[in-house]
Amino acid sequence: MFIVNSKGLKKYYGTFLAVKGIDFEIKEGECFGFLGPNGAGKTTVMRMIQCFMEPSEGVLEVFGMDTKKYPSKIKEKIGVMPQENNLDPDLSVEENLIVYANYFDIKKKVAKEKGEELLRFVDMLEYKKYKIDKLSGGMKRKLVLARALINGPDLIILDEPTTGLDPQSRHNVWDMLKILKSKGKTSILTTHYMEEADNLCDRVAIMDSGLIIESGKPEELKNKYGGNLEDVYLKLTGKKLEN
Amino acid sequence: MKIKRALKVWQRNFKVYTKLYKSSFALNFFEPLIYLIALGFGLGGYVKEIDGIPYIKFIATGIISTSAIFAAIYECTYGTYVRMVFQKTFDGILATPISLKELTLGEILWGSTKSLIYGFTIILVITFFGLIESYQILFSLPFIFLSGFFFAEVSIIIVTVLPGIDSFNYFYTLIITPMFLFSSVFFPLDDLPKFVKIAAFFNPFYHSVNICRGFALNNFDGIIFEILWLLIGAIIIFPFPYILMKKKIVP
Repeated sequence: MFIVNSKGLKKYYGTFLAVKGIDFEIKEGECFGFLGPNGAGKTTVMRMIQCFMEPSEGVLEVFGMDTKKYPSKIKEKIGVMPQENNLDPDLSVEENLIVYANYFDIKKKVAKEKGEELLRFVDMLEYKKYKIDKLSGGMKRKLVLARALINGPDLIILDEPTTGLDPQSRHNVWDMLKILKSKGKTSILTTHYMEEADNLCDRVAIMDSGLIIESGKPEELKNKYGGNLEDVYLKLTGKKLEN
Repeated sequence: MKIKRALKVWQRNFKVYTKLYKSSFALNFFEPLIYLIALGFGLGGYVKEIDGIPYIKFIATGIISTSAIFAAIYECTYGTYVRMVFQKTFDGILATPISLKELTLGEILWGSTKSLIYGFTIILVITFFGLIESYQILFSLPFIFLSGFFFAEVSIIIVTVLPGIDSFNYFYTLIITPMFLFSSVFFPLDDLPKFVKIAAFFNPFYHSVNICRGFALNNFDGIIFEILWLLIGAIIIFPFPYILMKKKIVP
């Protein structure tokens, strides 16, 4: 069984077709990347997988369940790291985790323990009592990652996990994502950093204007088209990926 | 839809409120108190009695609803908007098992709870001033919650329909202020032209004031009708906050 299975997936915004019928499967334990520039349709695909919005056409199953029919059941087993930080600015680091855990019906005591474990994982335990506005951009990102793991998800959705971060924080987040991967977690990642995809993804799908124009293992693509992933993208679309 | 999940949204808002109440409490609380002092004591010096009730008592009992209703309105306009747009709190919540229906209900229940908190506080204050006839006023609390529920629904509808936070003043100035001024908080509508009375029938603020005043002054004439009006109104508009919210945030 695939963790995510999509056939002929389409999404309209009004009359604008943002995702134009795409097929892909994501296997258990793999890190799958959607690459492409802003507006390629990556986030739209992510938001359909996380059951934020319904597909207009086609099949989209997560854990073998239809996203239209079982959104809450699917969301129970997903952790989402959204593109924009949406932490609760009025709550402390720890409270953010506990309040979020409550949405998954995790009891406060369990959430506290789990929260500490996750803060240790993202190396932020000493910031437990800090207010959100006292955190740096990199720390906010790490906290959002920790929050995405609070329910022990079987699938992690990482929407532009390191966009806007300085190189050091970026590598820091990558290290954490690699640890999660080594533990066998399935994840889906969107990025426009080819280096990020190269570093983390087992397979990638290159998107442009709502279509998957090529997919495969980064190594295979590089061998097939020559150069690095950036060059692959340029050859396929005639466009440069811009940060 | 699970009520339990809606209550988790309520819990989140309550948690934030308990951290911030010092900075937001004053907003809803002092305004009615100022009305009470300025008009009750000030105007009350000239207008001695209305329907045999001392003027200050007449106003005080109307102020209960005012305070409660404004609490729900502020919460479910500004509060909801900030959570939805600026803080992206809703995005975070919707990535969990909580559905948009449950989220919307949680927001409405929280707005109603704010009404209850402010209504109850004002009851304490005016009881302290000796302006309440009997303990029966406490039985008005469920109906204060109901008024809050109704106005929370209306506020969320407004938030989803108006283009942005800057246009909320249209709602306050063109809808809420006239509703408030002609709700019989400050003067009875009995002797006014017929169209004012007809308008009052459609004014939820008016029904809410009548309920609180009835309980406060031990006068239950027609109170069942007022309660039914708000209850049926709240039921009729119940689907719209969700439908419009969905239209607004889910493409």
